[in-house]
Amino acid sequence: MFRSKDLLGIKELTSEEIYHILDTAAGFKDVLRRDIKKVPPLRGKTVANLFFEPSTRTRTSFELAAKRLSADVVNFSVPASSVIKGETLKDTALTIQALGADFVVIRHSSAGVPHFLSRIENISVINAGDGANEHPTQALLDLFTIQSHKGKFRGLTAAIVGDVTHSRVARSDIYALTKLGANVRIICPPTLVPAEIGKLGVEIFDSMEKGLRKVDVIMMLRLQLERQGKGFFPSLEEYFNLYGLTAERLKLAKDDAIVMHPGPMNRGVEIATDVADGPRSVILEQVTNGLAVRMAVLYLLAGVKK
Amino acid sequence: MRKEIFDANDIKRAVKRMAYEIIEKNKGVDNLCLVGIQKGGVILAGRLAEQLQSIEDRLIDVGALDITFYRDDLNTKEEQPVVKRTEIPCSINNKTVVLVDDVLFTGRSIRAAMDALIDFGRPAYIQLAVLIDRGHRELPIRPDYVGKNIPTSFNDLIEVSLEEKNGGRDRVVLVTGERG
Repeated sequence: MFRSKDLLGIKELTSEEIYHILDTAAGFKDVLRRDIKKVPPLRGKTVANLFFEPSTRTRTSFELAAKRLSADVVNFSVPASSVIKGETLKDTALTIQALGADFVVIRHSSAGVPHFLSRIENISVINAGDGANEHPTQALLDLFTIQSHKGKFRGLTAAIVGDVTHSRVARSDIYALTKLGANVRIICPPTLVPAEIGKLGVEIFDSMEKGLRKVDVIMMLRLQLERQGKGFFPSLEEYFNLYGLTAERLKLAKDDAIVMHPGPMNRGVEIATDVADGPRSVILEQVTNGLAVRMAVLYLLAGVKK
Repeated sequence: MRKEIFDANDIKRAVKRMAYEIIEKNKGVDNLCLVGIQKGGVILAGRLAEQLQSIEDRLIDVGALDITFYRDDLNTKEEQPVVKRTEIPCSINNKTVVLVDDVLFTGRSIRAAMDALIDFGRPAYIQLAVLIDRGHRELPIRPDYVGKNIPTSFNDLIEVSLEEKNGGRDRVVLVTGERG
C-alpha cells in the first residue's frame, strides 16, 4: 500500500494512501483512549526531531506519538545544535544517520529540505513543515477530524480563510481535500491570493460574507503576525473586521458546520474567542487527532522496506 | 489439494461443546469475559457468548482484540498489517478472560494477544479457546478448549470461513502445501 519510505507532502500521495493512513489512525485513536496509552510496534527504533524553525506543538506531538509507539526520541533544535556553528544540512543528516536514527522529522524554513534529506538511504523522512510548501501531517489530521464529523469528503464544501500565500497548511489541505473530492474555497484579502492559485482547483472569495455561505467546514489559518507591516493588510483590527471569524459570520455556514484552526490561535485577530471556544469548534480535537495521525504515519513508514 | 474437514454443523456442535466446557471448568460464568482475536476469533467469541447466554441465561461481556502492535514479526513483514479495532467493554481486572481464536498454530498470536490484554489490566486467569488446533507450536502455549485437533504439516493452510466474515457458509478447509 505504501510505496515511499518518506512522507514529504500530500501532493505525492494517492487517495488510497490517504484513506489507508486515516483508517490506521482510527486504530491509534482507540489506543489513546486507554489507560495504558503505549504500544510496542516501534520498539528499538529511533526518531530524530530536527526543527530548524521554532515549534512547540508539532514537535511535541511527534515526540509523544513516537513515544507512544515505544520509539526513542532525540530532539535537535536550532539554538542547541551545531547548525549555528556552520554545519551543513547534509552533515547534520549524516550525523543523525550515524547515530542510528530510523526516522527524521524535519521542519525547515526552506521548501524542499525534506526532499533533499530523503535521498539518504535507510532513513524515513517526515516533513513537519517546509517553508510555504507543505505540512502533510497537519492536513492528514484535518482530514481525520473532518471525517469523524462528516463521515465523507465527496460533496463537502470547505472554506480556508486567511493568508493562503504564506501557508503550507493551506497548501497541504487544498491538495488533500481536492484529492478526496471535496470542494475547496479560499477566502483571503486580494493582496494575499497566491499567484499559482488557478492550478489548485479552488474557488476564490475576497469576502467572508460571500465565501462562508453554506459551507460544511471552516478552516481558519493563523495570521502570521511577523508579516504585519509588509503591506499585505493595513492593521490587525481591520483584518479582524474584514476576515475574522465571528459568531455572526459563522451563521452563514451550514448549521452543522465545524470550525478548525491549526493553532496557535491569535484570538481577536483571525478568530473571535466565543467562536474558538464555542460548540462548533473542533480545535482541541484536532490536537488529539494529530497524535493518532502521526502515530499512524510513523507506524506505516516503519513497514516500508528501505 | 483442498479438503473440507469441518462443515457448518460440525462448527456449531464444537462451539456448543466448548461453551459447556467453559461453564464446567469455571463453575458457571460469573466473572467471565470473552475476548476474540481479530478477525475470526471475534466472530467465534460472539457465537460462544450466545451459547453461554442461552445455557446460563445471563449476559456475557465480549471484547475484540487487535494484536497488530504486539506482533513479533513487524520488522520482517513486507508491509505493515492493517490495524483493526480493539474493544474491551469491561474491566478485565480479576476476571477470567477466555481468549478466543479460530486457528492455533505457532502460538505467536496468542503470545501477542496476552501482551495486548495485559495492557488493559490484570486478569485473574487467562484461558484459551480455539476452533482448530493444528499443532506446530513454537512457544510454550496450550489451549484450554479445542473444537478439533487437526494434524497438519507445517506448509499446509487452514481456511476458516465464517458466515459473518466472508458471507459464505461456515466451513473449515485444509489446503495441503500452500503456505510456501
